[in-house]
Amino acid sequence: MLELNHIEKYYNAGTVHEMCMFQDFSMRIDAGQFVSVVGSNGSGKTSLLNIICGSIPLDGGKICINGEDITHMPEYRRQRRIGRVYQNPAMGTCPSMTILENMSLADNKGKPFNLRRGMNRKRIDFYREQLRFLGLGLEDKLHVKVGALSGGQRQAMALLMSTMTDIEFLILDEHTAALDPKTAEIIMELTGKVVREKKLTTIMVTHNLRYAVEYGDRLVMMHQGQAIMDESGTAKAAIRIEDILDKFNEISIECGN
Amino acid sequence: MSILIGILEEGLIYAILALGVYITYKILDFPDLSVDGTFPLGAAVTAMLILKDIPPALTLPLAFLAGVLAGCVTGFIHVKLKVRDLLSGIIVMTALYSVNLRIAGKANLPIFSKDTIFDNAFLEQAVPEPLKPFSVVLVLLIITVFCKVLLDLYLNTRSGYLLRAVGDNDVLVTSLAKDKGMVKLVGLAIANGFVALAGCVYCQQKGFFEISTGTGAIVIGLANVIIGTKIFRHLSLFVSKRAGEGKPRKQGGMRATTAVILGSLVYRGCVALAISLGMAASDLKLVTSALFLVILVMSSRKGRKVTTHA
Repeated sequence: MLELNHIEKYYNAGTVHEMCMFQDFSMRIDAGQFVSVVGSNGSGKTSLLNIICGSIPLDGGKICINGEDITHMPEYRRQRRIGRVYQNPAMGTCPSMTILENMSLADNKGKPFNLRRGMNRKRIDFYREQLRFLGLGLEDKLHVKVGALSGGQRQAMALLMSTMTDIEFLILDEHTAALDPKTAEIIMELTGKVVREKKLTTIMVTHNLRYAVEYGDRLVMMHQGQAIMDESGTAKAAIRIEDILDKFNEISIECGN
Repeated sequence: MSILIGILEEGLIYAILALGVYITYKILDFPDLSVDGTFPLGAAVTAMLILKDIPPALTLPLAFLAGVLAGCVTGFIHVKLKVRDLLSGIIVMTALYSVNLRIAGKANLPIFSKDTIFDNAFLEQAVPEPLKPFSVVLVLLIITVFCKVLLDLYLNTRSGYLLRAVGDNDVLVTSLAKDKGMVKLVGLAIANGFVALAGCVYCQQKGFFEISTGTGAIVIGLANVIIGTKIFRHLSLFVSKRAGEGKPRKQGGMRATTAVILGSLVYRGCVALAISLGMAASDLKLVTSALFLVILVMSSRKGRKVTTHA
């Protein structure tokens, strides 16, 4: 369970460009929930993810995982329980290392990075099996450098790598936005499969309203640092794309666009 | 013949330096200028130890350790105090100038009369008479190859994987729940260890410590690394065509560490050529820089051509 309590976040605090992102923002995400987050640019979606992961500091409030206060825990420690896939496919893999080396790195998350052999030969079959699961033919390219793969292939690997070890949370930051429609579809299907199989608590930011409607059991719409729509369960299941679009238009009119 | 031996000797010494620079420049993507200070640091420590009659072989690990410490300082300044990479190196380099003078006591410290790793009773006996002129090269070859193998082994450990990852994509290191700053610090420590070791060997081969030997060490190191990785790794491209079949070793041709050592020898050859064409020894640094510039420009030209044709 993830709790955000009375979060405060300002950008450029103390200057003329000061901007309030979050003011007294609270949210609770139960274990096993798959939350889709939508919203216009600058509404605070990515800031929300960065605050959860610890990539940006907070100006006030508290973040708890399973009741434990992690507000001041450095980013890299939080990542022990979190897997994150970024919008940019290059962020989740090492381009100058081979597929096998990348898989070995990901497999060692949470264990000591000591002077033992980097690659565990006994695990190679397991990696191959995992890659076959992607259905992109990567299992036959184990010794190819990841930099030579396409964006879609890299993103598929990034998804696989971030969910390989025991994590509790999966953070998806517009992870299909840089891909062509067909590849995006494949990655999204994979995401659904992985989340179901591993029973991960997932937060997915997306601009694709169809994905937001089709996937997940909770839908949140962000606007100016607030959740102006938050439906889960049967109410979420009943939401159609038109409903979200209507809501979008509503806030656009409010803003005078 | 004596010119060739000279090239081999100097080339192998600077190859150790280049292995260190390879770690920072190529793997960590960190322009580490502290090298200009750690190279003479290794030499100063060695001269001081040898004058205290410490066994010469023992100076090698001790000099390495001194370099590791200096690298840790650079890393600490960059990672913990958040100073820019270039500046952290400059700060440590400048500070080390004084430290080196403190250690050695003066700017020029000869150790001619003392035993060194190249000149001792054991070598006198062990090396047969016809090989005597090559004994220095042989000792250097052993040390350099030992360093190279050790580095290769390290880069294939889990810790080594992490080091390669941090220069490539440090976001991933954070995702692996590891502190990327610590990984950089470890990399800088190892790199400067190698550089100080090169200084140690240099000092024993020349027979003295000289405060100014460090000036331009980073340029020499970079030149070696760039020549090595640009020329030699591409020369063996034909091997990598079969890379898809599986042999991980063959992928991308020659190992980068081997390429760097060869690059160092080639570079020494170029410098020797320039000198034999009539440049004075005092022009050495000018030759060093000019050659480095030529290599830099040529290698980036080549790269551009490849990308436009691709």
